[in-house]
Amino acid sequence: MILLKTFSIAVRALRRNTLRTLLTMLGIIFGVAAVIAMVSLGNGARAQLEASIAALGQNVVTVWSGTMSRGGFRGGFGSSGTLTAEDYEAIRKEVAGVNGVSPEVRNFAQLAAGNQNINSQIMGVGAQYIDIRSWPCSSGENFTEADVRNANKVALIGKTTAEILFADEEPVGQIVRVKSAPFRIVGVLASKGSDMWGRDQDDILLVPYTSAMRRLTGDLTFRSLMLQAASPQILGTVTNQVADLLRQRHRITGGKDDDFMVRTQQETVELFDAQARTTRELLFYVALISLIVGGIGVMNIMLVSVTERTREIGVRLAVGARGLDILLQFLTEAVTLSLTGGALGIAFGVACSRLVTQQLGWPTLTSSGSIVLAFGVSAAIGIFFGFYPSLKASRLDPIDALRYE
Amino acid sequence: MQPGIKLENFSKSYHAGEVEVHAVRNISLEIQPGEFVAIMGASGSGKSTMMNTIGCLDRPTSGRYFLDGVDVGGLTRDELADLRNQKIGFVFQGFNLLARTSAFENVELPMLYSRPGVRGREQRERAEKALELVGLGERADHQPSQLSGGQQQRVAIARALVNQPKLLLADEPTGNLDTHTSIEIMGIFQDLNRRGMTVIMVTHELDIARYAMRTVVMRDGRIVTDQPVTGRLDAAEELRKLKQEQQAIQLAP
Repeated sequence: MILLKTFSIAVRALRRNTLRTLLTMLGIIFGVAAVIAMVSLGNGARAQLEASIAALGQNVVTVWSGTMSRGGFRGGFGSSGTLTAEDYEAIRKEVAGVNGVSPEVRNFAQLAAGNQNINSQIMGVGAQYIDIRSWPCSSGENFTEADVRNANKVALIGKTTAEILFADEEPVGQIVRVKSAPFRIVGVLASKGSDMWGRDQDDILLVPYTSAMRRLTGDLTFRSLMLQAASPQILGTVTNQVADLLRQRHRITGGKDDDFMVRTQQETVELFDAQARTTRELLFYVALISLIVGGIGVMNIMLVSVTERTREIGVRLAVGARGLDILLQFLTEAVTLSLTGGALGIAFGVACSRLVTQQLGWPTLTSSGSIVLAFGVSAAIGIFFGFYPSLKASRLDPIDALRYE
Repeated sequence: MQPGIKLENFSKSYHAGEVEVHAVRNISLEIQPGEFVAIMGASGSGKSTMMNTIGCLDRPTSGRYFLDGVDVGGLTRDELADLRNQKIGFVFQGFNLLARTSAFENVELPMLYSRPGVRGREQRERAEKALELVGLGERADHQPSQLSGGQQQRVAIARALVNQPKLLLADEPTGNLDTHTSIEIMGIFQDLNRRGMTVIMVTHELDIARYAMRTVVMRDGRIVTDQPVTGRLDAAEELRKLKQEQQAIQLAP
C-alpha cells in the first residue's frame, strides 16, 4: 500500500515534466535496445550455426585440397587440386571406422529445362554423399555406384532449383541440360535450408563426380573429400589416419607443409563461433557504455529535480515525512524512470530485431532471458544512479529546504 | 494544568561562517492549550527561530522544550517528523503548496506520512471535510495556479488541519494577502481557536496581532513584552464593518 502510494507520487512527479522525462530515458532506451538487438542477433546466428552443424551431417570430416604455393603466393585451401582419384580410393580402402567417403567437385553452370533456366551450383559427388550429409531424397532415388563408375548423366536436384525449373511438375524422369549436356533427374533432395554462410543449399544439382569431371569441368583432381566417421569418439583417430595416409602418399616428410587440410565440422563451427563471439563482445561493451551514459543521465536529472524541488521536500518534511520517505520517493522516481526506459528499450530492441530479419534476412532470436536481464539492468541503473540524489534529498534540513529560493 | 508548550531557558545559536549568531537567548515561555498567541518582532528578533523550535523543525542549542510534557530536545529526526505529523499543523507566508497538484491532493499530503497509515477512504473523507471547513469544498480539483492567494492559504490551512493537530503554527499567514482576505483568514483562526485549538502566529502587523488573545514581542532574541490583548478584534464583526464602509463609499456621489 505504501509502495503503491510512493509509486503514484513518483509517476505524478515524472508526468509533470514529460519531455524531460523522455529525454532522460533516451539513453536507457538505446542502451537496452542495443542489448536486446545484440543478444537476438547473436542467438539467431548461433541457432543457425547449430542448425548448420546438423545440416552438414554427423561426424563429418572434410579433407581440403592443398594450398598452392608458387613464387611466394599462397592460395587458400581448395585452390589447387592435390587430391586425386587414387587418394580417394586409398582412403576408402585403408582408413578404418569410416561409414562413407565422397569427393566434392564444385562448379557453377547454367541449367535449362523446357523454357526455364537458372545459374546453379553443380556438385560432383560420390554415391555415399547424401548419406554422409544426412540429406535424403524427398522423391525418386539416389544414383548408384554403377552410375558413378560409368559416368552416367544422372542428377539429384535441390528443392529450390526444381521449383524454378519445373514449377509444379514432377522433376523425376525429366531432363535438365547442363551446358547443353542432358542429365536425367533421378531424385529430388529434401529441403536443407541455408548454410552458415547464408547460402541456399537447396539451389543445387548433384551429379556423379565422374560425370562432372569428364563432361563439365575437365578437372582431374578434387576440391575436397568428405568422410563420415562411424562415431564421434573416433573422429580424432580418423582425422589422424587420413592425414598420415595422405602425407605418405604425397611424400611429405619432416617439417614440410601439408598440401591438404583435414578439418572436422566442429572445428569449422568453432572457427565461425569465435568470430561471432568477438563481434558479440564488442557490441556488449558498446551497449554497456551506452547504459552507463544513460545512468549518468538519470543521476543528472535526479540531481536537478532534487534541487528544483527543495521547497517541496521542505513541505513534505514539515508535514511529517521521514528522511526514509523522501529517499524512497526519489529512488522510486529514478527506478520508474529507468524501468520505463528499459521497457521502451525492450520494445524498440525487439522491433529492431524483427526489422533486421525482415529487411536483411539475418536470423534473430529474442530470448526471454535477455528481456529479464535488460529489465534487471534497468532497475539496477535506477537504484545505483538514483541513490546519491535521493540520499541528498532525504538529508535536507527542513528549515533550510523551506527557505530555499 | 500542564502547559501545552513550555520553553525553559531556551537558547539557539547558529554558526554563520566564523561568527556565532545568538538567534534566541535564554527564553522561558509557557503557552496553555486553547490559547491564541501572536508573536511579534522585527526581522532578526528571533521570532522565526522560536517558531521553528516550537514546530519541532529544530532542536534547542541549550535549555529545554516540552511539547505536551515530552522533552523534544531528546528526540531523533524521525521522532520529530512523527510529532509534526500528528500534533502540529503549519501555515506559511508563501502558502507552500505543491505546484501542479490539485487542492485535494495537497490536503492529502500529511496523511501520506501518517504512522499508522490512513486508509484510502478515510483519507478522502478527511481531505473533503478539511476543505469544506475552510469553505473550498467546491474547488477540490483546482490547482494552486487556478486559485487566488486567499484560496491558496485556505488550502494550506486545510492541509494543516487534516491530521487533527492540537497546535496550529502560522508564520506570517497574512503577509501576502490583502486586508479583506487577511481578516477572513483570522476569522478561520478564531473559529478553530474557539473549538479548542492552540494557535500560535508570527506577524509583524499590529492590527493582525489584535485578533489574538495574547501578544509576545521579541527583540534581539529576547522577549520584551508578554501581555494579553486589550480591545481584541472579532473577525466577523470587522468583516461586517468593512462591508459597510465599502457600501458607504459606493453610495457616496
